[in-house]
Amino acid sequence: MEGSVPAIRMRDITKTFGPTVANDRVKLDIYRGEILALLGENGSGKTTLMNMLSGIYFPDAGQIFVEDKEVSIRSPKDAYDLGIGMIHQHFKLVDVLTAAENIILGMTGKGRLDMKAVDDKIREICSLYGFDVDPKQKIYDMSVSQKQTVEIVKVLYRGAEILILDEPTAVLTPQETDKLFSVLRNMRNDGKAIVIITHKLHEVEEISDRVVVLRRGQNVGDVPTKETNAAEMTNMMVGRSVSLNINRPEPKNQKPRLVVENLTVKDIDGVTKLSDVSFTANSGEILGIAGISGCGQRELLEAIAGLQCVESGSVAYINPETEAKIELIGKDPCAISSMGVALSFVPEDRLGMGLVGNMDLTDNMMLRSYRCGNSPFADRKSPNSLAKRVVCELEVNTPGVSTPVRKLSGGNVQKVLVGREISSAPSVLMTAYAVRGLDINSSYTIYDLINRQKEQGVAVIFVGEDLDVLLELCDRILVLCGGKVSGIVDGRSADKRDVGMMMTKLGGEAGK
Amino acid sequence: MTQALSLLQAALVFGTVILFGALGEILTEKSGNLNLGVPGIMYLGGIAGLAGAFWYESAAASPNALLGLLIALACSVAAATLGGLIYSFLTITLRANQNVTGLTLTIFGSGVANLFGGDMNKMAGGVGQISVATTSGAFRDTLPFLNGVGVLSGLGFMVYFAIILAIIASYFLNRTRKGLNLRAVGENPATADAGGVSVTRYKYLATCVGAAVSGLGGLYYVMDYIKGTWANDGGIANLGWLAVALVIFARWKPLQAIWGSYLFGALFWLYFYIPGLTRSSQELFKMLPYIVTIIVLIVVSMRKKRENQPPASLGLPYFREER
Amino acid sequence: MNHKVKEPFVRITKRDSMPVWRGWLTRLIGLVLALIVCAIVIFAMVKLNPLKVYGAMWQGAFGSTKRIWVTTRDTMMLLCIGIGLASAFKMRFWNIGAEGQILVGGIATAACMIYLGGTMPTWLLLVVMFAVSAVAGAVWGVIPAFFKARFGTNETLFTLMMNYVAIQLTSYFVAKWENPFGSNTVGVINQTTKAGWFPAILNQQYLLNVIIVMALTVIVFVYLRSSKQGYEISVVGESERTARYIGINVRRVIIRTMMISGAICGIAGFIAVSGASHTISTSTAGGRGFTAIIVAWLAKFNTFVMILIAALLVFLEKGAMQIASQYNLNDYASQMITGIILFFILGSEFFINYRLVFRGNALREKGGETV
Repeated sequence: MEGSVPAIRMRDITKTFGPTVANDRVKLDIYRGEILALLGENGSGKTTLMNMLSGIYFPDAGQIFVEDKEVSIRSPKDAYDLGIGMIHQHFKLVDVLTAAENIILGMTGKGRLDMKAVDDKIREICSLYGFDVDPKQKIYDMSVSQKQTVEIVKVLYRGAEILILDEPTAVLTPQETDKLFSVLRNMRNDGKAIVIITHKLHEVEEISDRVVVLRRGQNVGDVPTKETNAAEMTNMMVGRSVSLNINRPEPKNQKPRLVVENLTVKDIDGVTKLSDVSFTANSGEILGIAGISGCGQRELLEAIAGLQCVESGSVAYINPETEAKIELIGKDPCAISSMGVALSFVPEDRLGMGLVGNMDLTDNMMLRSYRCGNSPFADRKSPNSLAKRVVCELEVNTPGVSTPVRKLSGGNVQKVLVGREISSAPSVLMTAYAVRGLDINSSYTIYDLINRQKEQGVAVIFVGEDLDVLLELCDRILVLCGGKVSGIVDGRSADKRDVGMMMTKLGGEAGK
Repeated sequence: MTQALSLLQAALVFGTVILFGALGEILTEKSGNLNLGVPGIMYLGGIAGLAGAFWYESAAASPNALLGLLIALACSVAAATLGGLIYSFLTITLRANQNVTGLTLTIFGSGVANLFGGDMNKMAGGVGQISVATTSGAFRDTLPFLNGVGVLSGLGFMVYFAIILAIIASYFLNRTRKGLNLRAVGENPATADAGGVSVTRYKYLATCVGAAVSGLGGLYYVMDYIKGTWANDGGIANLGWLAVALVIFARWKPLQAIWGSYLFGALFWLYFYIPGLTRSSQELFKMLPYIVTIIVLIVVSMRKKRENQPPASLGLPYFREER
Repeated sequence: MNHKVKEPFVRITKRDSMPVWRGWLTRLIGLVLALIVCAIVIFAMVKLNPLKVYGAMWQGAFGSTKRIWVTTRDTMMLLCIGIGLASAFKMRFWNIGAEGQILVGGIATAACMIYLGGTMPTWLLLVVMFAVSAVAGAVWGVIPAFFKARFGTNETLFTLMMNYVAIQLTSYFVAKWENPFGSNTVGVINQTTKAGWFPAILNQQYLLNVIIVMALTVIVFVYLRSSKQGYEISVVGESERTARYIGINVRRVIIRTMMISGAICGIAGFIAVSGASHTISTSTAGGRGFTAIIVAWLAKFNTFVMILIAALLVFLEKGAMQIASQYNLNDYASQMITGIILFFILGSEFFINYRLVFRGNALREKGGETV
């Protein structure tokens, strides 16, 4: 690539959101006929940087050159006009419109719509690169991978020469991923510039020609993929050489605490999300749940917590003192806690579910405790002292307990949530993606908290996405694949590749 | 038979007022703006048209009907658009709450209209009732080739204009590029934005054009139904809210609004043609359009058919860098 | 495409927070601007010194003891409705149906006065009317709430339609109770016996209105701020998913809250009929159900702030009516002025929540913003 003119040059790009610096004087070149991997941890500023190319954000400072001309990209339309197209992680599609309507949305052209010509052109693109799209299908009838295909066809239809894909494989099965990668290679060979945002090292190695690493909003490395390796890239991502080294105390005094049998869950549309899932969670151990995202992890935890309608099966809680079995299915969260079941749940969506963003720390602590007592008035004193205790013990960085939690950073939000959930001395603790988006230090704080719970005899269920973490933290790992149990392995002896295989094996058949 | 015919005619006249209001509101709501200022906008359109015609007729020695008509139309459209512009500026640029802004616009519009309407009545002196007979006549003239064609005779051109507008609106929304973009803005502004549609411009234009169309409903009411006079009786406000109801009834589809509007008109006057009703039970009959709307609203929400739902972002503000 | 980098001329960013006093200062500036615009409009219409006109407005609202009491009475009425709406709005339930809830409360009250007047002592009748009107309003509020909770039916449109059903219902009863025959009005109910009228307290005819509404103001304030149910309302309003997560029965909260909201609006109908007009007509609510929405919204559901806003709006209304009669305009002048002032106050909220960053100022502003 040396010598050729970059399709895009970004120079000294800076973007801040309030007090957080998302991008700090970033320099980045993108070349034609090359697949560039933009690697970085969650929150390292990858997506923000690319959003400034696609016109979603406007940089606070810095310059962008397209084909050596300085440009100002103020809207997605400007980006399209420059041949830049981005496929966002959350698809930007209008549900009630058809694929074809979504594809031509916002394009200029004849006032009257000629849908036949549009359909023809879409078919042409599809056959060129090997996509499979029905232009007349409504988006709400489509699977995730179909939607992603529509997104890619959309940017190609607009003549995009530079394609940016934001974590495109997060929602795909391995087969779909392979298909996507082969399409991307076709496009690269066709002379297009491709950027893929990811935090998965194996993907970087598999698909990219060059890798740029971002850390805390700064460009910390720019190397051809062939000349680097996973260890080096990890070092660049996290800043220092780490073997994760998560503490894993030996489980003590294990007793069955939660027995799940033949659990089957369907969503509103009747799609099976979990099928025939059985396992036992023991006190004093951490049971990890691994799987590609969207394989039923959320439904499993929500079904146990009483938030999800269950088709069939049972979830029995075994009371630590009396050893009595209590059936949880068919009860709502309120009924579950009133039966004396000490179940805590740290959901994936912290501000949308676990906490109320606009409320302050005290009021968020109250979520669990406000019902206490017979008085019609809610007790604010004990939540207030709990909030103060959590802030102090977990070192939450906040101006005070009367600050709305949405103003805290991701790590601090999570500390508040976890702090509240463990404050009720649970006997079962469920966490979903507990360290997603957190920096290294906060992540370790959370691991420590979870380990401490384990040592106190709590049965911990830890849904994670990073296999390395799961393998170092958990005592046993249940692998989900397409809503089914693919297997349960020992955390100490399991091999990462085996677990990876189990995650994808069943999915291969059930994914379509 | 004559009873049925006269009900039909009343339904057509009333339906046309509602149809204009509803068409404008459909355009507006398709952009995601729930404008509860429709009655206010119809008031503005009505009074401005009347004032324009009044000013022209009192200034000219022998007023020309066509010119009066054009002036009335122009004034009406201008005033209604201004109303839409106020709403757009507050909700889109200044991000004020849509419901509250819409209701304020209704208060403002009815205040302005009734203030000036009352004033003009005073200025007209004498009987205390202004009248723009020439212009109003032009609005009420039967189309030449329809004279004596049963129920159609006696209907002004605005009746057909409303139907044509509905067809145009339907074509625009479903068959044109801009219509597609507009629907996308109302469903999912972030997506439309990412696709290169200027959300702000579409919202502004849809709301202002929608207001202009709604305003014609007020004008038609003033010029045809009350024959170029003014009355501070809240008649326009009632029809304005019926227009909001009709949007729901028609499930945001302009073509459905055509027959819906005549049905509403018929339901509104039905009591008049049912023998043996006391005056009190007549009032109960006037509930029908609203009750029918409520039933449609409930049924649509129960069946959850995607195509019949309100635009998904209806009533919500859009701010690109919100985070 | 232009080749030079050009920052947009002005960008809008969200403010983190603003000191309370600056918020109120911004609103005050909005109000002053509104008054200036109104003054220009008034001047254009009546060619009089606007200051004199504002003087006349003051006279209209506070010119005599009687006027002060009428202003107070109407403020209380508006406040009462606003309080009713506060709990629904806090739950993000757009109750546009206050107008209808007031009317059914009013119908219930009028029915009691007509059919029960003279059969029981005044205090008992008042208690009965209070209860019946609250129940009527609650029923009117619960119908849309039920469908919202069960099927997600759009409550803004539903409650709006319920208003017109209530208006027709009122017309029905007005025709039924018409007195004298052929007048198409109900006339003053129980004019001679004054059965079911609010009694004068300390010689003040409208003191009971004030007492009831002020009591409601305090109760609702405490209810929303400190009670468990009030807390549930805020959680449901902020995030239904969080509410479900902690086991709040969202449907029950929606229905219960709308029952309260409707009941208080029904009580407003009771106050309007029994405590003010002593009659019922379709204009018993008179658009106040809509105006109160604006009151509740601007006060951010704080019932004490509502007192201020309600007083301002009623002052404007009374003042404008005074100008109208003094300068030979009609009453609708007040609606226009109210509209203009509300436009400005609504607009001023923007400057409280957002900040404009002009080209070139971006970095400089940032320095001062990190605090």
